Amino acid sequence: MKEALIQKEVLILDGLCAGFPARRGEVRVLDHVSLSVPKGKITGLVGESGCGKSMTARAVMNLIRHPGRVTGGRILLEGRDLLSMRKKERRMLQGREMAMIFQDPMSSLNPVMKVGKQVDEAVLVHEHVTHAEAKRRTLEMLEAAGVPDPERRYHSYPHQLSGGLRQRIMIAMAMVCRPKLLIADEPTTALDVTVEAQILDLMKEMSAKGTAVLLISHNLGAIARVCDDVSVMYAGKIVEQADICTLFDRPRHPYTRGLLSAVSSLRDGSEVLSVIPGHVPNLARLPAGCSFSPRCSCRGKECMEKTPEMREISPGHRIRCLWEEPGKKPGEKELETEGLAAE
Amino acid sequence: MSEVLMEARNLVKDFPAGRHRAVHAVSDVSLELQEGKTLGLVGESGCGKSTLGRMLMHLIPPDSGEILIRGTPVTWLSDADFMKYRRMLQMVFQDPYASLNPRMSVRSLIAEPLETYRLHESRQETTRHVLELMSTVGLPEEFLHRYPHQFSGGQRQRIAIARALAPDPDLIICDEPVSALDVSVQNQILNLLKSLQQSRGLAFLFISHDLSVVRFISDRTAVMYLGKICETGPTEDVFREPLHPYTRFLTASVPMPDPHRRQERPKMAAGEMPSPISPPAGCRFHPRCPYAMPECSRTEPKLRRCGERQVACHLEK
Amino acid sequence: MLRKKEKQIVSDFEHRKADPAGPSEISEAYDLGEAETFGKLMLRMFRENKLSAVSLLVILLMILCTILAPVLTPYGETDMDLLNRLQPPSGDHWLGTDEGGRDVLTRLLYGSRVSLMVGIVPTLLSMVLGALLGVMAGYFGQWTDTVIMRLADIVLAFPSMLLAMVIMYTLGGGLFNVFLTLTLMNWGSVARIARSETLRLKKSEFVEAARSIGVSKWKIIFRHILPNCLPTLIVLFTLNVPAAILTESSLSFLGLGIQPPGASWGLMVNTGRQFLYNAPWLSFVPSAAIMVAVLSFNFLGDGLRDVLDPRLRKQ
Repeated sequence: MKEALIQKEVLILDGLCAGFPARRGEVRVLDHVSLSVPKGKITGLVGESGCGKSMTARAVMNLIRHPGRVTGGRILLEGRDLLSMRKKERRMLQGREMAMIFQDPMSSLNPVMKVGKQVDEAVLVHEHVTHAEAKRRTLEMLEAAGVPDPERRYHSYPHQLSGGLRQRIMIAMAMVCRPKLLIADEPTTALDVTVEAQILDLMKEMSAKGTAVLLISHNLGAIARVCDDVSVMYAGKIVEQADICTLFDRPRHPYTRGLLSAVSSLRDGSEVLSVIPGHVPNLARLPAGCSFSPRCSCRGKECMEKTPEMREISPGHRIRCLWEEPGKKPGEKELETEGLAAE
Repeated sequence: MSEVLMEARNLVKDFPAGRHRAVHAVSDVSLELQEGKTLGLVGESGCGKSTLGRMLMHLIPPDSGEILIRGTPVTWLSDADFMKYRRMLQMVFQDPYASLNPRMSVRSLIAEPLETYRLHESRQETTRHVLELMSTVGLPEEFLHRYPHQFSGGQRQRIAIARALAPDPDLIICDEPVSALDVSVQNQILNLLKSLQQSRGLAFLFISHDLSVVRFISDRTAVMYLGKICETGPTEDVFREPLHPYTRFLTASVPMPDPHRRQERPKMAAGEMPSPISPPAGCRFHPRCPYAMPECSRTEPKLRRCGERQVACHLEK
Repeated sequence: MLRKKEKQIVSDFEHRKADPAGPSEISEAYDLGEAETFGKLMLRMFRENKLSAVSLLVILLMILCTILAPVLTPYGETDMDLLNRLQPPSGDHWLGTDEGGRDVLTRLLYGSRVSLMVGIVPTLLSMVLGALLGVMAGYFGQWTDTVIMRLADIVLAFPSMLLAMVIMYTLGGGLFNVFLTLTLMNWGSVARIARSETLRLKKSEFVEAARSIGVSKWKIIFRHILPNCLPTLIVLFTLNVPAAILTESSLSFLGLGIQPPGASWGLMVNTGRQFLYNAPWLSFVPSAAIMVAVLSFNFLGDGLRDVLDPRLRKQ
């Protein structure tokens, strides 16, 4: 059973914790994050800025900046534990078996090097091939990433390309060694909507070819368009996990519900937009009990005392919330709105 | 129909880009802002919408064209002569992390416009007004002596809005005021802006790339592509039944937060907006337009009026 | 209708105040309940940055010693004692004597007058002059920029020692002329840096925001641009102080600055050089003094830069 699981799941995070040392103890930025990214699917990780979603990607890619560090849990890439590996071994996996693309394609590309050469380099680092072979592979990959006229673009410099093209180059660079896992951290945030749609389609194509994709985004629209499974993060913890349709049709965690109604109220022509009151809490001073409780519309006394654990409410649908039926608990408070929001 | 507060006629702005070349940021744009109404200006990055906003704000001079405030031409006034109009116009910028001087406290930030226009005699009066403004935008009093870095993006944007409200303006130009914010916070700010508009009778020029935001806040919408306006009209009409192919393309591209409607998106023109250094001849959208006709690459369509709306396309006649 | 809305706003606002989700998200524990006075600022520096606080004490101590020099030592600055030349440190002469039999400690104390003054005064003057001119050049651009920066280029392109010698030669020696010379020598580089900072800040959104409000040019310069140039300027200051102390010593060495038998640290290092083998303390002691002064200024500069930046306030 377990063997079979490992075959299908390319990446498994198991109780991953990460933190920064602080004056008193440690600020925990990732708190027991568990999720799996299966082959050929796109797994979404959604949350607001500062919730730890980028940190998760960085932990997997060993890119956490000093003095932050992974403090616990396991990261399994096809069953191999990355955290117990030697540094060199782990580095060799990076780029070859797993690759990452970032939000800003301009600052991730070297401005004084032809983009084609940069993609070549990605091949040459990991595989013993000739330069001509590397170039052939690059051109093939640029074509696959939807770069028009790859021969000409091969010789361009990053500043000569548009944002969308740059992101395509980044994807080509990540995919050129045919990694099993692609982590995309807000890949479309810096792009215009019309280009965003194209890049999302490209990611879908890549996953259909067998790559496992972890798509990190704050944009629920982008997540809804391409993901198969979604995890919602809040204040360093995953608060809800489900397949895409369940999550959007029957969200159970109050935070997810708040996010979804915030987005949909923008579209359904309502006079006043729905909001989640308050702000994302400072990780150094999380409230007692459930981290979301101060902003929660259906918090009870228990929520401020007891920290909820992740539990499965239906197959594949997990939430980190105490209530059986959120929103229907007797004695609940009215949804508070902040500032001028309530009218 | 309400009074025209500000009008732009045939504004043109080119920025030099190396030898004998220029970025044609804004080419021949005319628009009207009405008292107490919101005009949404949408377009992709680089379409010239921010340049247009800054020209209206008298921050950069246009190459040609005219700007009128309540019928008075103000385009070529010197900064000193423009001062009496400046009070009527204020601006909220995109990035609340960059638009507030990190070395000034909330008090001095909000007091700056009050002091600039010498609205109060004494320091106490100024402080009282600052506190009043802070409560209007939903900032607690105890934040008075804090510095911008101590606030979240949403609260910083509230500070920026308080600054813009300080001289009691008639028009606020909002340049992407919520695009740097998270969804839930973004909605708080949008609600705030909308209620301020209703309670104070403000007019807004709301510049954004986010169509759903513009749809929520604007009475009228103008769509800009490569330095030109390709469609204007009442917001609901523009979104429900876009006339220009670009508007159609844009509205269809917005990802819906609904996994069941994935397949609904029509396949449309690929590619990206060309560089504004060498815009295509004829209709500027024709290289990406699925309905392009031979005429489109030859002559440039004029912005034509049809009912309450205006559209620049050869298909709409 | 509007009334009702306003009431709603107020009650919302009050409600929010009681809501723990509101103010609690403020990221700092630091209480900034009121505007900060200079004394509080210094206190904060002591708390947050011990090293710079110690440096400040050292500098104050040095200045105190300088003022109290006549009380602190029984010898005069130029009292010669030819029988006790080049004596190593002893009970009578804690730091030994020099080639004229003068007490080294005494000369060190008196010399610090010249050296500290030469380190601080012209550096400050050149910072003020250079920063003002540089910011103006950067902000106004056009002909202002051309005139100021070409002047700065001339100053920078001219061999600085030669420039100093020409000025000192025409004006004659003396402390005031040393100040003048050093100020004229240094403002160019300060202006350069202030200008480039200004060009960067001029494009920032908060300057644009101030312009959109209609804040006047000079207010923008003094409230928005100069305070944000401060970190760079403070670092530059701490680098220029030791340079000025050393330049003064070279000038003295060339016979253009302070003349023997008057004392300055630079002069003492230079004259002590000839006796490096027989009496190493002669140059070692003033060198150590220069080093301590320079280090103190550097640490103080670092501390000041951090303490003046609201963003760096410790959580």
